[in-house]
Amino acid sequence: MTRITLRSMVVPVFACLVAFAPVSAKAIDIERVISDDGVESWLVEDHSLPIISVRFLFPGGAATDPEDRAGLANMVSGLLDEGAGALDSQTFQRRLSDESISISFSASRDNFGGSLKALTRNRDEAFDLLRLALTEPRFDTDAVERIRSQILSGIAARTNDPDTIAQRVFWEATFPGHPYARQLRGTAESVAAITEDDLRTFVTRRLARNELIVGVVGDITANELKVLLDKTFGVLPERSEAFTIPKAEPAAAGEVIVVQKNNPQSRVLFGQKGLYRDDPEYYAALVLNHILGGGTFTSRLYEEIREKRGLAYSVFSYLLPMDSAALWLGGAGTENSAVSVSIELVRNQWANIRAFGVTQDELDKAKANLIGSFGLRFDNSSAIAGMLVAVQRRDLGIEYINERNALIEQVTLEDVNGVAKRILDPDALTVVVVGDPENIKATRTIRDDG
Amino acid sequence: MKTGSAVWRGMRIWVVSLAVVPVLALPGQAQVFNPATYELDNGMQVVVVENHRAPVVTHMVWYRAGAADEPAGKSGIAHYLEHLMFKGTKTRAPGEFSQIVANLGGRENAFTSQDYTGYFQTISPENLETMMELEADRMTGLVLTDEIIEPERKVILEERRSRTENSPRALLSEQVGAATFLNHPYRLPVIGWSHEIETISRADLEAFYSTWYAPNNAVLVVSGDVDADAVYQLARKYYGPLAARELPDRIRPAEPPQRAPRQVVMKDARVEQPSWSRRYLAPSYTAGATEHAYALEVLSEIIGGGTTARIYNSIVVESSLAASAGAWYSPGSLDMTTFGFWFSPRPGVEIADVETAIDREIDKLLADGVTKDELDRAQRRLIDGAIFARDSVSGPARVFGASLASGQTVEDVEAWPTRIQAVTIEQINAAARIVFRENTSTTGILLPADKGDKS
Repeated sequence: MTRITLRSMVVPVFACLVAFAPVSAKAIDIERVISDDGVESWLVEDHSLPIISVRFLFPGGAATDPEDRAGLANMVSGLLDEGAGALDSQTFQRRLSDESISISFSASRDNFGGSLKALTRNRDEAFDLLRLALTEPRFDTDAVERIRSQILSGIAARTNDPDTIAQRVFWEATFPGHPYARQLRGTAESVAAITEDDLRTFVTRRLARNELIVGVVGDITANELKVLLDKTFGVLPERSEAFTIPKAEPAAAGEVIVVQKNNPQSRVLFGQKGLYRDDPEYYAALVLNHILGGGTFTSRLYEEIREKRGLAYSVFSYLLPMDSAALWLGGAGTENSAVSVSIELVRNQWANIRAFGVTQDELDKAKANLIGSFGLRFDNSSAIAGMLVAVQRRDLGIEYINERNALIEQVTLEDVNGVAKRILDPDALTVVVVGDPENIKATRTIRDDG
Repeated sequence: MKTGSAVWRGMRIWVVSLAVVPVLALPGQAQVFNPATYELDNGMQVVVVENHRAPVVTHMVWYRAGAADEPAGKSGIAHYLEHLMFKGTKTRAPGEFSQIVANLGGRENAFTSQDYTGYFQTISPENLETMMELEADRMTGLVLTDEIIEPERKVILEERRSRTENSPRALLSEQVGAATFLNHPYRLPVIGWSHEIETISRADLEAFYSTWYAPNNAVLVVSGDVDADAVYQLARKYYGPLAARELPDRIRPAEPPQRAPRQVVMKDARVEQPSWSRRYLAPSYTAGATEHAYALEVLSEIIGGGTTARIYNSIVVESSLAASAGAWYSPGSLDMTTFGFWFSPRPGVEIADVETAIDREIDKLLADGVTKDELDRAQRRLIDGAIFARDSVSGPARVFGASLASGQTVEDVEAWPTRIQAVTIEQINAAARIVFRENTSTTGILLPADKGDKS
């Protein structure tokens, strides 16, 4: 049985003085496994339960969709387990459910990924079904039409959902003409236009060995895994087709876009340029964001907007570094009459931190929370496998999980206040409001009465 | 009374199932989480699930009090109080609890349902003691003032707008809930009706708190990298000194017999994709004809559990009438529950046509019953699910908390796979005949507004 112990998990905290325990304790034991045919996976062996969790990922997701086929990667993700090899859709699904095997795929803007979870007794069958799904998907017409109808009804169901509208309008305004402006699931028109040829082309171009990333956690040894890696991923084509997504700077700085909807509450989405994941000041920004709007019940935005004034149930901010752009985003849901006040409070906090920085006390508390809570992400085997994949995708190194807390610990007040001055800009915030807000100075109004 | 009878029923089923399926009595297979259980002198139940995979512990306190325990005309108290539990006590300033949890790198939250209210923190094990100290403090020491409750009332009204009023689906669901139960408080939304949230007074909140928040009405569940006996000692230290209180019986107004099917049709200009659901009143583990609960759980898997189940296969795959469809059954409620079906029609397909196809499936089930093959597959899947449930630190704590706060026992949870395995074809067919009667159904339909309407 593997015990995952994280260095610096132990963070004693006193009323206001924060002391950090010395870096100690044994590390999480990640093994780099390379199969005979050269397929690489990171592995955390854990034989405490008869379960194996696998996550894998191919760079290149929805951003690679052709413009008139937006939603292609997402549609492929819904179809790989709908029949493969000699097994039609219902036979394939029946195998999965009879053996309690979960296989699923998903597309984000930058990645196409998947997961497998199975009991040890069904391990070989599970990997075999995964191999079929990745290398011999059938795309039978009835299955394609069924999944298309599911995607289309999902799009229809979200047409008037305030969050969906806010996201769509925000990304369209921020990245005009760029692939990031498109919706992950596409539009009714683009999804209707996707052909079986498009689906097959995506699989041929994207799912290849050269950029494959795999993370495995659970009841399997390195030698057992090597065999399954070869059988499952070794048969993929050698190389994917190269693609480029141009880097994008967020546009629409300072805009306030109102989408007029007859809802009792407005959804507010705000954001500006953020930092790339490899930015040297990324960790300082992470700490800063925690103080600004990242801490669930403790951030400045939470305190000002929810706790003191009761203007919103939920208010938050987060960093979103992607391959080709970086954002600093936030959101809130607030009564129509309180929208303009809430936006003003957000801008004030943005300006206040930029001008005056944060306090040593805020810094200490934020670091303590970020360090102490890191280990909570290791709740289950799928979450750990996901972390193994994310660390490889970001090229952070196999020691990252054990070093991450030290990187947070090193952040100083000067670092945080420096990155605040460099990045935070209240005048650069793009704000999207979906609802019927009162007394708001919009730079653009979109009527969308449904 | 209620708890007593559940224990007795549990014992009986346990014995029967061992006799019928000796295969599952193998060591290590009959149990799910292998918890240690204790009871403090003041009546507080303690359940500990050791899991040493990662240096993390989940600490939860569940109260056997939820929205269905509120006095009439004051819906939303239980949830409102849940929010206020994050304010101050006699010894802690407002927000101090959360600040301490945050400083220690913990995560915390709380939730309210019809039958229970729960509070939890996930944190590194050396801070468990602090969590117990704080949680015990707010079990009896909460301080409420108008300055504290008024901003929070606004927050809750925002939460309601956010979750419910901004969503036609949620609004319909609330109407369907109110139509499903005529008399039982499950007819009321957990968050409360807006007009009642607006009038809940400080005295109402304090009365609910002093009635239900007591150690003998609470369940402590600790799951993670801990030693069970050490947890028990800490529990004695912090929760032990709290005095037990006299508790009212949790007897809610019962439903009269339902004599006609009910239907709620909601049209809303915000709807682009119609949807349909129907629920039948059904027994739970602890209410109504409880002997059918496990059979209904297996039946729900056969008829509506995923993409190989009967409903999906027939309505989504074979006849292509619906984009998606399924069934659900949640046997964990303290009082009567529902067995439900749902679908989203494919574009251009009339709701009535899909509904007819669902009725045909139900009629077929009532006429021909389920097959041995279907039973075997469903049982295997469900029992495998109990293994996957162990792959989590916080998951087992949630299972025990919800079960113990809703009238079940630790033995019930641990015997779950055995009881699922003991279900027979005859039991399923009998359960289906008990539940699927048109007169005990409520149907909800969500449609786009007629042309020209404005919502």
